Amino acid sequence: MMLAAENLTLRHRLHGVTARFAPGQMTAICGPNGAGKSTLLACLAGLLSPDSGRIDPELPPQVRARQLGYLPQSGEVAWDVSVETLVSLGRLPWGGALAGETMRAIEAALSEMDLVPLRHRPLSHLSGGERARALVARVLAGLPAQGRRWLLADEPLASLDLAHAASLMRALRRQARSGAGVIVVLHDLAMAMNHADRVLVLSNGEIAADGPPETALSADIIARVWSARAMWLGEPGHRALALG
Amino acid sequence: MNRLSLALLAALAVALPLSLLAGRVWIDPLSLDQANAAVILMELRAPRALLALVVGGGLGAAGAAMQGYLRNPLADPGLFGIAPSAALGAVLSLWLGAAGVYALPAFALAGAAGAMALLALIAGRAGDSHGGVALFTLAGMMIASLAGALMSLAISLSPSPFALSEIVLWLMGALADRSWTDVLIATPPTIAGLACLLRAAPSLDALTLGDLAARSLGVEPRRLQGLIVAGVGLTVGAGVAVAGIIGFVGLMVPHMVRPFTDRRPSSLLVPSALAGALLLLVADCLCRLAPLAEGELRLGVALSLAGAPFFLALLLRLRRGLA
Repeated sequence: MMLAAENLTLRHRLHGVTARFAPGQMTAICGPNGAGKSTLLACLAGLLSPDSGRIDPELPPQVRARQLGYLPQSGEVAWDVSVETLVSLGRLPWGGALAGETMRAIEAALSEMDLVPLRHRPLSHLSGGERARALVARVLAGLPAQGRRWLLADEPLASLDLAHAASLMRALRRQARSGAGVIVVLHDLAMAMNHADRVLVLSNGEIAADGPPETALSADIIARVWSARAMWLGEPGHRALALG
Repeated sequence: MNRLSLALLAALAVALPLSLLAGRVWIDPLSLDQANAAVILMELRAPRALLALVVGGGLGAAGAAMQGYLRNPLADPGLFGIAPSAALGAVLSLWLGAAGVYALPAFALAGAAGAMALLALIAGRAGDSHGGVALFTLAGMMIASLAGALMSLAISLSPSPFALSEIVLWLMGALADRSWTDVLIATPPTIAGLACLLRAAPSLDALTLGDLAARSLGVEPRRLQGLIVAGVGLTVGAGVAVAGIIGFVGLMVPHMVRPFTDRRPSSLLVPSALAGALLLLVADCLCRLAPLAEGELRLGVALSLAGAPFFLALLLRLRRGLA
């Protein structure tokens, strides 16, 4: 089952964007500031209605909430809850589910994000990296272990250092390998190059490139979209970007 | 039912009988044949104690729900303008000299309903876009300010010195001299309001993660807004209708309770209702016992006297937390 944006148009933000996303794949959405990355992601998550065009499949909010986890950019958590309580919020769409199932999902999410030792710690006592992991775990806890599931994350790497960013990318990739469709907005082009299966480049609300990272993030495209002279160094999978 | 709620229930079970015995006339539980003991217990103290539970419970839960809804520990049920509007209704009934046993609460409930209808109208316009909640809250504050101005107008144009003193005294909020009729008037709307707030609880939890994340978890902003307006409107409106304006309970109680919970808004609702009931019961007892030359200390005044320093301390603590 694909997740598709068909000819999405939203005034001043998106202009006729069409893209299809497959499960089991990690897609990075890249582009300069204001290119429409977050807008596209919010449309795919069903949180913004486009002026024209549509998202396929169209699901009622309650059904979508159980299949699609969305991590907003803000990372806001209003109350100083513990890691475990935060993660349990991800189970809200499953309201009446069995307690055992809920516990299992929370445990799995905590251990996937390496948070078991921190489970009782309040968020105010976490480092930026730990907090970001806890926020991702919240989304993971809400996704079913089997079947249709999508993970949409808006700049999850912001405020993470190199090692934590790489480990979070590996975790997202594991999700994709286990069958989830992962779509993630990234500013760090090297992260997209090395970890994504596919890169979608947006520029001024239109798709500028779409394909495997090596082609979608070629030096030519970077020059055209970001107006920056850049060169990729290293081997595929271990690329680094040198700006000229 | 968790440990905190059980502890609060136990405290209520102790405080309720004690409150019945305490007052200007102390009643000895071992010799109930004391003069007028039955009358004092059944006609004066029992309805008063029950009213304290109903009004306090409603205000406590409404405060917890408001703080969850606005994601702000400084939010108070008064923010939506429902309490001032209900008070305006009551003031109008006093102004018109139509303040009967049923007329005054009916006017007050009509005032609360008017504010709720206005809020619903505004909510329809504000939509559920980003910033909708802020616009909605600002609208509530405008309603509060308008109701306040109209009350002042009613006071300044009051037809007689008697009406003037009645209005001013009523606005101070109290549970003195209330009857079973007041209990019957306040209880059903409060229970209905609490039911609305409990239904909103899971959505309030989701809102902890912000507007967008909450919607991605299946929260429907319109439905939540409706439940909150109805819940806060019914509990606060009923409270004002029978007791006048009693401030700070809705603000203070959730803060007292929060450290003993996991801090999710939903785990705050029931304990806040119980703690609000307990606080009002105890505060009303203390008002009754406070030695004052004439009459007794007004409950609303006493709570605001205690509440203002609490609020200040809270602000300072929050500031330290941010620094």
